[in-house]
Amino acid sequence: MIVFDRVSKWYGAFQALNQCSTHVDRGEVVVVCGPSGSGKSTLIKCVNGLEPYQAGSLTVDGIEVGGRKTDRPRLRARIGMVFQNFELFPHLTALTNICIAQEQVLKRPPDEARHKALTLLERVGLIDHANKHPSQLSGGQQQRVAIARALAMDPMAMLFDEPTSALDPEMITEVLDVMVALAKEGMTMMVVTHEMGFARKVADRVIFMDDGRIIEDSQTDAFFGKPRSERAELFLSKILSH
Amino acid sequence: MGDFDVSVILDNLPFLLQGLQLSLVLTALAMTGGIVLGTLLALARLSELKPLAVAAGLYIDFFRSLPLILVIFWFYFLVPLVLGRPVGGFYSVLIAFTLFEAAYYAEIIRAGITSVGRGQVAAARALGMTYTQTMHHIVLPQAFRAMVPVLLTQGIILFQDTSLVYVVGLKDFLTSAELIATRDQRLVEMFLFAAALYLVLCFSASQGVRLLQRRLAK
Repeated sequence: MIVFDRVSKWYGAFQALNQCSTHVDRGEVVVVCGPSGSGKSTLIKCVNGLEPYQAGSLTVDGIEVGGRKTDRPRLRARIGMVFQNFELFPHLTALTNICIAQEQVLKRPPDEARHKALTLLERVGLIDHANKHPSQLSGGQQQRVAIARALAMDPMAMLFDEPTSALDPEMITEVLDVMVALAKEGMTMMVVTHEMGFARKVADRVIFMDDGRIIEDSQTDAFFGKPRSERAELFLSKILSH
Repeated sequence: MGDFDVSVILDNLPFLLQGLQLSLVLTALAMTGGIVLGTLLALARLSELKPLAVAAGLYIDFFRSLPLILVIFWFYFLVPLVLGRPVGGFYSVLIAFTLFEAAYYAEIIRAGITSVGRGQVAAARALGMTYTQTMHHIVLPQAFRAMVPVLLTQGIILFQDTSLVYVVGLKDFLTSAELIATRDQRLVEMFLFAAALYLVLCFSASQGVRLLQRRLAK
């Protein structure tokens, strides 16, 4: 469904992505990991065109993301994204956060949007917080609302950009639980994360990046067993050592 | 001060209130027009289209470099030339104030827009919102919330500046007070009254802004 073919990206003279090729098939869960600055966030932001790329091809459901004639707002409406810092809209309640794009982008009638939003809030366990503003919610709760907001668009795939990195440890589980449930339902997911427990549990494949390159792209079992690249080994030993 | 005569104020109250009405109406209209035009200018200045950004920047710098009184004069003579017919002092002054204030409002609003995090724009975009939808529903509401106190403070300054319309023969509050003061030789009474009224109006307005600021900060 998502196909990268030798995608390269530069910030001025600095090459952020170097000939990245990989794919995420329908229903597949792919975890992207690697040291900070390795280009994993840039890679995932290319998928919905938040970051432009300068060379190579990247298609989602057969549509070239960077294509001159591509209707990017329309494509983005079909791909959900969850950010490291939640990015809920602070001037809107949790409920309206989930309704606004349904109404403005998908042109759903307010009643239908509201019904959908409430169903999703129920699902992420936040039905009692529907009318609260983001500042009244904890980080974990905000991130669950953000997931509900993305799901409300009935996306064909979900992108997660370090969804638990900004959370206090005790709140990580509640977010990961929602993500695990989503993966088990068959959602197509691309997840940038350091949560190796999550990767082991639900990922079909793990991609390891360093220096803007995809160093390793293997089945989850193979990634966590041997053999693997030296750099991935080093990275894993660092984050799994304690 | 021994013969301080309150009756000169009371006798001329209808005339003075008429002047005050002109000042207030001009402030309200120029503020509304200035904020609308200022928002468009701010968006243009922040646009990725270079020519648009440069043009908006030139407009803003141009009007901010000129004294308001010159702009008022200018439009008084210019607008009838452009339209080919006289428009009257009020409309020429309204246009001058609106265009002039828009330059100041634009800079305030630009600061407001820039204060909204880039992540907010990314989140709105990721949901499929277009540029216009993102600005309308996500960025501008947050920007205005942050900017309301500064926008209103600029409105208070605008209210005080409306006294400059005397140069084209309009009678705002201060001009009306001055006319009576010289006509009746009651300078002390009229100018004290004028000062008191400005003080009361502007002071309560700025107190209102402060209250609002505190409520918005919550």
